[in-house]
Amino acid sequence: MTVTDTENTGSTEPQLSPAGNPMGFGRMLRKEDVRFLRGHGHYVDDVQLPGMLYSAILRSPYAHARIVSIDTSAAEAHPKVRAVITGATLEGLNLAWMPTLSHDVQAVLATDKVRFQGQEVAFVVADDRYAARDALELIDVEYEPLPPVMDATKALDPDAAVIRTDIEGKSDNHIFDWEAGDAAACDEAFAGAEVVVEQDMLYPRVHPAPIETCGTVASMDPITGKLTVWSTNQAPHAHRTLYAIVAGIPEHKIQIISPDIGGGFGNKVGIYPGYVLAVVGSIVTGKPVKWVEDRSENLMATAFARDYHMKGRIAATKDGKILAVQVDVLADHGAFNGTAQPTKFPAGFFHIFTGSYDLQAAHCKVTGVYTNKAPGGVAYACSFRITEAVYLVERMVDVLAYELGVDAGELRMKNLLRPEQFPYTSKTGWEYDSGDYPRALRKAMEIAGYDELRKEQAEKRERGELMGIGISFFTEGVGAGPRKHMDILGLGMADGSELRVHPTGKAQLRVSCQTQGQGHETTFAQIVAHELGIPPEDVEVIHGDTDNTPFGLGTYGSRSTPVSGAAAAVVSRRVRDKARIVAAAALECSPDDLEWTQGRWSVKGDPEQGRTIQEIAMLSHGSLELPEGVEGHLDASVVYNPPNLTYPFGAYICVVDVDADTGKVHVRRFIAVDDCGNRINPMIVEGQIHGGLAEGVGMALMQAIAFDEDGNCLGGSFLDYLLPTALECPSWETGATVTPSPHHPLGAKGVGESATVGSPPAVVNAVIDALKPYGVRHADMPLTPCQVWLAMQGRPARTDLALT
Amino acid sequence: MHRISVTVNGTTREGEVEARTLLVHWLRDSLGLAGTPIGCDTSNCGACTVLMDGRSVKSCSVLAVQADGSEVTTIQGLANGEWHPVQKAFKECHALQCGYCTPGMITAAVDLLGENPDPTEEEIRHGLEGNLCRCTGYHNIVKAVELAAGEMREAAK
Repeated sequence: MTVTDTENTGSTEPQLSPAGNPMGFGRMLRKEDVRFLRGHGHYVDDVQLPGMLYSAILRSPYAHARIVSIDTSAAEAHPKVRAVITGATLEGLNLAWMPTLSHDVQAVLATDKVRFQGQEVAFVVADDRYAARDALELIDVEYEPLPPVMDATKALDPDAAVIRTDIEGKSDNHIFDWEAGDAAACDEAFAGAEVVVEQDMLYPRVHPAPIETCGTVASMDPITGKLTVWSTNQAPHAHRTLYAIVAGIPEHKIQIISPDIGGGFGNKVGIYPGYVLAVVGSIVTGKPVKWVEDRSENLMATAFARDYHMKGRIAATKDGKILAVQVDVLADHGAFNGTAQPTKFPAGFFHIFTGSYDLQAAHCKVTGVYTNKAPGGVAYACSFRITEAVYLVERMVDVLAYELGVDAGELRMKNLLRPEQFPYTSKTGWEYDSGDYPRALRKAMEIAGYDELRKEQAEKRERGELMGIGISFFTEGVGAGPRKHMDILGLGMADGSELRVHPTGKAQLRVSCQTQGQGHETTFAQIVAHELGIPPEDVEVIHGDTDNTPFGLGTYGSRSTPVSGAAAAVVSRRVRDKARIVAAAALECSPDDLEWTQGRWSVKGDPEQGRTIQEIAMLSHGSLELPEGVEGHLDASVVYNPPNLTYPFGAYICVVDVDADTGKVHVRRFIAVDDCGNRINPMIVEGQIHGGLAEGVGMALMQAIAFDEDGNCLGGSFLDYLLPTALECPSWETGATVTPSPHHPLGAKGVGESATVGSPPAVVNAVIDALKPYGVRHADMPLTPCQVWLAMQGRPARTDLALT
Repeated sequence: MHRISVTVNGTTREGEVEARTLLVHWLRDSLGLAGTPIGCDTSNCGACTVLMDGRSVKSCSVLAVQADGSEVTTIQGLANGEWHPVQKAFKECHALQCGYCTPGMITAAVDLLGENPDPTEEEIRHGLEGNLCRCTGYHNIVKAVELAAGEMREAAK
């Protein structure tokens, strides 16, 4: 394959459109910014409908308690209250429980008992948002507290309280056991290895925390029976099917509108009780009902991410050839198994944990358990748990380097897959489509000035100053399906797209995926421009409305460009093929005599004789006699079923300084070399990388949702759950290599989650490297000043529990 | 109920509010100025930042009655609804993605540049510390503020 070493795209410089935009790939300012910059974005909470009512949810103060009684009479007597709904009301409607995305059920409103702090207990609909909140105070719930299960490592103890007493015959908190790889081959490799290193590590529970919380407006028309739902969601079509299943409303009578979304990061994939309750509220009151959660509700009750307790082992030769990796995982799934991932993958894509290395054997075993915490698990730009996988292997490689006393960069270089090994089938069954890993790592080391940094570090160590250099190398796998291997609730992971070229040559592209800031209105228009020669400013991208877009599985797992982007390319090519027949009819020649140059079909050898796509658009809507079998108009549709995942990769280097007196970490530099294949809009790609790097710094140093032993969530506000600000982030240094995907029609690979997946181990490796003089080999994230200080004292804490 | 009169985006607006009504709710729900979003309710994220008498405030932490008699400018009133140099620079530098923090980030930046027309990168980062963004990693926001500062200094010459 060709590897282009470039800062921008793999393509040649395209010509410019009348508006000065690239006629295809290249840096193009975003179309959507015109509204966002002037306060004209349209988010869910901006939806105002005539007669609309507001709602609020009463939540459990306990992590585990039996509900003895609920008295709603005082709330019902409030003059502005229109409805009060409890679990008992829902039981009457057979709506108290709803299916999760992992074949479990979740309470919409608690009936028997509450299972996590912040769980939904009652729902109030009122004239305004203040009255709805007032009425919550008037609901009297009597609880009988039960012992909570807060430590995942004790969830399977014989004396642990059973959380899911709703499941008949359930006598423990076990959810599933799952494994991948070859255990026997792995045991053999370990038995014969000269060096074996083990390390326990926790990827703590974190929360995506988009700045816009989750919310919905539900409007059931009592006359037509049509339900219209505006909601913060990344997958409108999947939501429509789920609403039909949950509420029993016929699917053709449901319209899901996902307007502008204020960040998703996986937080807005699933359906939350509040969404269902707003629908119930609208049915009960006959009015549209708005529900928007506040920040604490968002952090305490909606999809968290990670919470993986991992026991890693790595086997190698004395001279640093890695032979095998093995890992046992205890996965904390919270009170309901609500992870959002393809059905056959209960641990997501975690078994890509062999990473970017050439191994002889690998094996993992994952055990999922219930605890008294909010459900979720797969969220937060994790590419279905590749985040945990990359963290595991990249920490293990550093731990091995520590034990062998070798440079972590050299050790990686020695073990990376080589370009000639692609396509490469990993020991756990993934077929990596393309890559040149050593080149990306060399480039990152070059930008960083790696050797000079090591020299500087040595000098600083002499003076007692703590400086660390951390590397991570990641392989991502994004763009789920194919549909035969991957489905969510039985819905195969393929995406539709429709393209209509209007008579005057302007076009509308309809896609099933849903932007949450990724800039689809721009990049997808660029794809059409690239394929058809219609200027991107003449292409309107329509998305986020199930009545007006074709079916598809949505935007998460970095799948927009790999799947819907491919669909947009293929549908454009279908239009191009149709245009060829129309042009041939107009030019009175055979379609075979025509050749395509950007935006125009012309006669081979006589380029003067031709028709532009705009001319063809008018011709195909006009009175031109078309050959038999061509119906006229200029449009096409497609369902794109990806043949494989795409495999972006990258090399990251982080440089930190640690204050030896306070344990405070300063991220001085961060170098990111990403290879996501061809870049449609390099500006947008870079922006997404920047964002993911900040997330990585946040997770490595600041963010964690911990709980005390009584079940209190210790990260329930932005005062407690700390996000990186402009001060914690350096100016990011980015670079690129381009290895086009061999099976994607545009050679693109997707990039939205690469940096979130790849960056946390670089930061952690840097901090641990800085602490080497203290003999620190590992400490769990987040590496807060307190945690760093404890690590320096030789007693790093468990960061999922309250410090005692 | 309390009667208030506030000059919002150059127009005098009057209303009856409860003492507890937050300025951001009055702007959004009563005046329909939905361009100012709500992100955290606890004054941590800064998405709801507006200018009150020329200084940036987080409108989720200001009562509507406290704004009585003042001048409030939201994202929708910057540059009379045309393009303020900071807005232009945000577009040029790709300093936004989902757009949700953007109104607050821009008004905070306008206040920052009012106080310090020629800030260093460090000063920009300090000045915007109270505004969270989850998409951009702040890099392009800092660049945009630098660009806008230059443009505004040039225009002031």
